[in-house]
Amino acid sequence: MKYLYFPGCSLRSTGRAYEESLLAVLKALEIPIEELDDWNCCGATSYASIDETDAFALAARNLALAELQSPDETVNLIAPCSACFLVLMKTERYLEDYPDVSKKINTTLDKVGLHYHGRVDVRHPLDVFVNDYGLENIAKRVKHPLKGLKVASYYGCQVVRPFKTFDHSHYPVTMDRLVQALGGEPVDWPLKTRCCGGSLTGTIQEAGLRLNRLLLKEAEKRGADIMLTCCPLCQHNLECYQQRINRIYEEEIDLPIAFFTQLMGVALGLSEKELGMQRLFKKPSLSHITHPKGAVVNAW
Amino acid sequence: MQLPIPQTVRADEPTHKIEKMKNVVRRIKFESELDLEFGERIADKAYGQRLLSCIQCGTCSATCPLAHYMDYTPRKIIAMTREGFKEEVLNSLTIWLCASCYSCTVQCPRQIHITDVMYTLKREAILMGFYPRRLPIPVLAREFYKRVLKDGRNTESWLLISLYLRTNPFKMLRESVLGFKLFVRGRLTIGKERVKGRDQLHSILKHEKGGNTI
Repeated sequence: MKYLYFPGCSLRSTGRAYEESLLAVLKALEIPIEELDDWNCCGATSYASIDETDAFALAARNLALAELQSPDETVNLIAPCSACFLVLMKTERYLEDYPDVSKKINTTLDKVGLHYHGRVDVRHPLDVFVNDYGLENIAKRVKHPLKGLKVASYYGCQVVRPFKTFDHSHYPVTMDRLVQALGGEPVDWPLKTRCCGGSLTGTIQEAGLRLNRLLLKEAEKRGADIMLTCCPLCQHNLECYQQRINRIYEEEIDLPIAFFTQLMGVALGLSEKELGMQRLFKKPSLSHITHPKGAVVNAW
Repeated sequence: MQLPIPQTVRADEPTHKIEKMKNVVRRIKFESELDLEFGERIADKAYGQRLLSCIQCGTCSATCPLAHYMDYTPRKIIAMTREGFKEEVLNSLTIWLCASCYSCTVQCPRQIHITDVMYTLKREAILMGFYPRRLPIPVLAREFYKRVLKDGRNTESWLLISLYLRTNPFKMLRESVLGFKLFVRGRLTIGKERVKGRDQLHSILKHEKGGNTI
């Protein structure tokens, strides 16, 4: 079985490190993937705010293309970005559940010779790693266990809501179990799925910054050394606005924010460059993990 | 028995007190001023005839991370929608502040798709011309919409530039330091991402006016 891969627009700009590390990890684990040919933007939250027919049609084009590209009975489409994951999943479910939506969208698609039959299963990389590949198999490949590293896993909102998929909608544990398998110490905290405000940091900044401050402070209070995310927008908000939050609210937050695939890569023994670590504002200090005997101290 | 004269304004009161009276505004709408079918119309569109079965428990407002910035909490929006307060609902900041985190939707004991209701209200607001022109949130949505309509993909750098140009160009200067930091790390691209099958995409997306609901 081959997975199809839907990168999404963010993974080509602000979230580039996510794509680099994800592809490197998939390669290291020998999970075969193929990029969806000529994919288009999923529409995110903006399209649904403007025009619903267009929002569904935009996402449905990707689903129809995925069906064309894969001969499998169920097409597994990996969408790493939370917004893409949700929009594709929502479109897929609504086309199945509401006949009027399905009729209207398929009439639109038929005009250009596309049709969606309902064969696509939208998957998140976390789900693929933990439920398809298996934690035992990952643990077997760990070269540098993340010993003593306290990790706060932040899932964000749209990966676990509103549909019941691979985890609980308010208290998910998939990423924490993955961290444990990599040898790290998951930090138990209650704001795992609390919204980061999404694009509010660019529009109504005061509201956006406050939401991020809450997340950062809680993770620090619980003793996290690093926060992991699985969404390019969450990562951008939490990392890039940290300085501004410190200035405005007179805080002293200093928390590295990385993608979960980056830390996975570190544990699997991949190099800094392959994982896009140089793209982070604050590199996590992991030299004690990658070089346990202290031979090269300056590597990270 | 003679009733005591009430301590309010009488005809022989000094004029400045009567002036004050003139500023008194009616706080309650008459039924004739409401759009009584508004609730049903929205419920029909928002995958939830369930909207009308709201029990006003307030779980949505309690779970909403942005409720303290909203002019009406989500619970109030639902009540007002149902009762037909069309102008107030469509003019509110609430519908635009909703960041679609779906927290209310999964918690609602009546299984109302509240996030979808908010989306429907946003589209309705655009359609009816209640579009708050100075608020950056709908501007961002509009710019995003236009960008994807044109190229099939979104390039974040260009999206942000057009957002700031249309709302607050000075903000662009303030954000330029962050932009530069992202740029040197290869996280902001200048070249635009484009889809090959743009013609195909354009014939799928034809509702350029927006506000369309299935």
